[in-house]
Amino acid sequence: MTAVPTSAAAIAAGVRSGSLKAVDVVEAHLARIADREGEIHAFNVVLADRARAGAAAVDAMVAAGGDPGPLAGVPIALKDNMCTRGIPTTCSSKILDGWKPPYDATVVTKLAAAGAIAIGKTNLDEFAMGSSTENSAFGPTRNPHDTSRVPGGSSGGSAAAVAAGFAPVGIGSDTGGSIRQPAALCGVVGAKPTYGYVSRYGLIAFASSLDQIGPFTTTVHDSALLLDVIGGHDPMDSTSIPVAHAPLTGVLDRGVKGLRIGRITDLPAGADPDVTERLEAAFDALREAGARIIDVQVPAFSYGLTAYYLIAPAEASSNLARFDGVRFGLRVDALDTNTMYSATRAAGFGDEVKRRIMLGTYALSAGYYDAYYGRALKVRKLIHDDFARAYQDADVLLTPTSASVAFPFGSKGDNPLAMYLCDVYTIPSNLAGHPGMSVPFGTGADGLPVGVQVLAGTLDEATMFRVGAALERCAPAVTSAVALHGSAS
Amino acid sequence: MSAGARVDPRAEQVLEYGYQLVVGLEVHVELDTATKLFSASANRFGDDPNTNIDPVTLGLPGALPVLNRHAVELAMRIGAALDCTIQPSTFHRKNYFYPDMPKAYQISQYDQPINIDGHLDLPGGKRIGIERAHLEEDTGKSTHVGGSGGRIHGSDHSLIDFNRAGVPLVEIVSRPDLRTADEARQYVNELRAILVAIGASDAKMEEGSMRCDANVSVHQPGTPLGTRCEIKNVNSVRSLGRAIDYEARRQVDLLASGGIVRQETRHWDETDGRTHTLRTKEDADDYRYFLEPDLVPIVPSAEWIQAVRDALPMLPAARRARLSEASGSPAYSEAVMAAIDRGQDAYVLAVGHLGGDIGRALVHVKEAYAEQGPSPTVPAQDLALLTTLEVDGKLTATQAKAVLAEIVAAGGGDAAAIAAAKGFEAMDNSALESVVDQAIAADPEAWVKFCAGEGKAMGALVGAVMKATGGKADGKVVTAVLNQRRAAQP
Repeated sequence: MTAVPTSAAAIAAGVRSGSLKAVDVVEAHLARIADREGEIHAFNVVLADRARAGAAAVDAMVAAGGDPGPLAGVPIALKDNMCTRGIPTTCSSKILDGWKPPYDATVVTKLAAAGAIAIGKTNLDEFAMGSSTENSAFGPTRNPHDTSRVPGGSSGGSAAAVAAGFAPVGIGSDTGGSIRQPAALCGVVGAKPTYGYVSRYGLIAFASSLDQIGPFTTTVHDSALLLDVIGGHDPMDSTSIPVAHAPLTGVLDRGVKGLRIGRITDLPAGADPDVTERLEAAFDALREAGARIIDVQVPAFSYGLTAYYLIAPAEASSNLARFDGVRFGLRVDALDTNTMYSATRAAGFGDEVKRRIMLGTYALSAGYYDAYYGRALKVRKLIHDDFARAYQDADVLLTPTSASVAFPFGSKGDNPLAMYLCDVYTIPSNLAGHPGMSVPFGTGADGLPVGVQVLAGTLDEATMFRVGAALERCAPAVTSAVALHGSAS
Repeated sequence: MSAGARVDPRAEQVLEYGYQLVVGLEVHVELDTATKLFSASANRFGDDPNTNIDPVTLGLPGALPVLNRHAVELAMRIGAALDCTIQPSTFHRKNYFYPDMPKAYQISQYDQPINIDGHLDLPGGKRIGIERAHLEEDTGKSTHVGGSGGRIHGSDHSLIDFNRAGVPLVEIVSRPDLRTADEARQYVNELRAILVAIGASDAKMEEGSMRCDANVSVHQPGTPLGTRCEIKNVNSVRSLGRAIDYEARRQVDLLASGGIVRQETRHWDETDGRTHTLRTKEDADDYRYFLEPDLVPIVPSAEWIQAVRDALPMLPAARRARLSEASGSPAYSEAVMAAIDRGQDAYVLAVGHLGGDIGRALVHVKEAYAEQGPSPTVPAQDLALLTTLEVDGKLTATQAKAVLAEIVAAGGGDAAAIAAAKGFEAMDNSALESVVDQAIAADPEAWVKFCAGEGKAMGALVGAVMKATGGKADGKVVTAVLNQRRAAQP
């Protein structure tokens, strides 16, 4: 068997040229899954047979002189909140028990059209509500760097799958940091593009005005490649932006000379020294590479968390109302409709989901709307305006992705507020609809990965990726989890 | 009648004990679009249950709504017809659990509806304010099996048909400007006529494509408005009048006996002719409205709005006035109303343009064209000739009716020829007669033989007439004229 490269770009290049067989790529990844999945639990389901068949079809196409596309033969780990036709899609919740969507999410269709191969559906915090993947109804995912620690969340399964070498690419969704935070904790690249950059059609909604799909990859180039494939207008999603996006893979070598990198001086405090030291090193590295570091203020940044925990649950309380036992998924029978609703939802939803439905219902209720939801919307506007001012002075902003490295299981499980604080640096860009990405930048004292977050203004993914690529070039070498734990192949 | 003695059109009927009725109507109409408001499933009434469905209609996880442009255009057309301000608008979610509501929320316009501040003029000229006319999606339809009266209470189980879920609706909300049940009926009839005329909806109450809720209250004139009750389940214009009259009496009786009216939603029961409490304000749902994050605002361009206004057809009121003036028949006569209702007024006017008599045409159309649409199969020219014969005294009204029946059955025909064939007297065939006379003059030999009783000669003359008329003449009529001429011989 030919050695299988780690990056999606190299795999696709090999498969398209015929020098690498997609079936070998898939087998190599299935072997790693067989080796470590029992310990990691990245997947709700591994689609081994489908992946083998898909890989054979890709190879056949190449043999026939065809081009399967820019992701030819690239295995993809899909977060299990994206609809896959005929394949169970669970959101890691009991309430979707037995449901097989009759349709594919747009992102799934686009990936398949580009030659990618879905290798499994990954674990998540139930309905993407959480920051550790501990809220999954099917048990937690473990961090491949240290299995006593969480992978982050909510897209912990996809992040862990990429970090463990189960797939070169994972697809996640990010409502308040659910791509970037697990990317940081698992030592991979995670990008959340501008709201509307990637179609949400077929993504099971948590908070519709905040949800955005993005990739986990081992390189910044792969991240750009993935967004080039899955981005773009979709007539099935009214909020997808109707403009063509210039390829991001083309900007990565432009460097950062002359770029203004913003340091937010009024950032919420509380990041661990592990993290702040790496952030300072990142500023230094970019300065070294020719960028200017300037101070900016984003006063409303600190209020993001509070506003988010009103807006996101409010939307969730409405989005999750359709799980009523009438048309699909779990139904707990009862003598009348209202009792059936209650029994079904009581049995089907986990505690965190119930907590957020209650919070959101309350925030939208008559008599409380103005004080909670209405006020949160005003804060959201303030955050947007404050960012807009900051981006007049700075091209991008650099912050920690997560306040800490991966934390041990159970350390925040009993304290929802401590868990909510995990997303304090990632949430504001969701509220503003802006892009953000986490790039690995060395490790903390325990040898655990630390990510640095690059934030940019609306649709300025190009500048964000230039900076991301520059950080990757000067990041200290880190032993990958795959290398650390060996490989079956 | 002197000016002072004229009945004030705004005079308001006063109920017992001096109470005044106040009514506002909320009318829901299903828009006549090919597909649903937010998905590509067909918008079609009467199909097998659960055949016009898709992930969006069923509210499946991950499905997203995409707004139907034609539905927006029809909503704007309604706004234009009701002289509303057409403005940028947004959608909200109205959250409540009900089995036939697939997402457990209805997508509806809330604080920024597409149409506001319009009006509708009743036949008598009274102007009724329109507060708003907004877009929203319909729910599915539940059928409760077992129990009594098809209500959910006490039923064994329920069946749900999602074909109707997501059908585009416009809800037209009047101001509380109606003062009698009759005004309410007139309002609904006029609104229906407008909706049909502009092609926005077939507006059939019996099929549910037009549904009407009435907000009814009573008060003493000069005092603030009373507490209102919303009356639902009114399924015909007649029921609307009955329900309002019943509810007004109920409220007056309650107040007169020292009680108070509670704000509540009441259900009209057609069989017992009463309204019954459905839910009170206290147990009303809290809908937790918020801006629908899956959709973007509708911001129609000024050009689009103008194009919709410009393309608006003539509305029923103006068409009634036009037909009334042309025909001499009152604007609200049965004949004028029928012609407008069926969209046959342009046809009647065409009869006039072709030299026919509009008054007679109007009567004939009302009686004989009930099965015909806006484009009757009978050429207007044919009806014009019939009415001309009638006003010229060559056909009685009864004869004309008989002739028209044949014309309608055949999809057209020459009234004179049919009348002749039927042997109706006093018929005028001057044009044909002159052709016959020319044929006689051109072939005197045949004429002499015909007069002598030779059958062959008659064939020659008829053939000549046929040739001269290009075969359009009715042979029977030609024969009749020839016989007339022969009989007239000295």
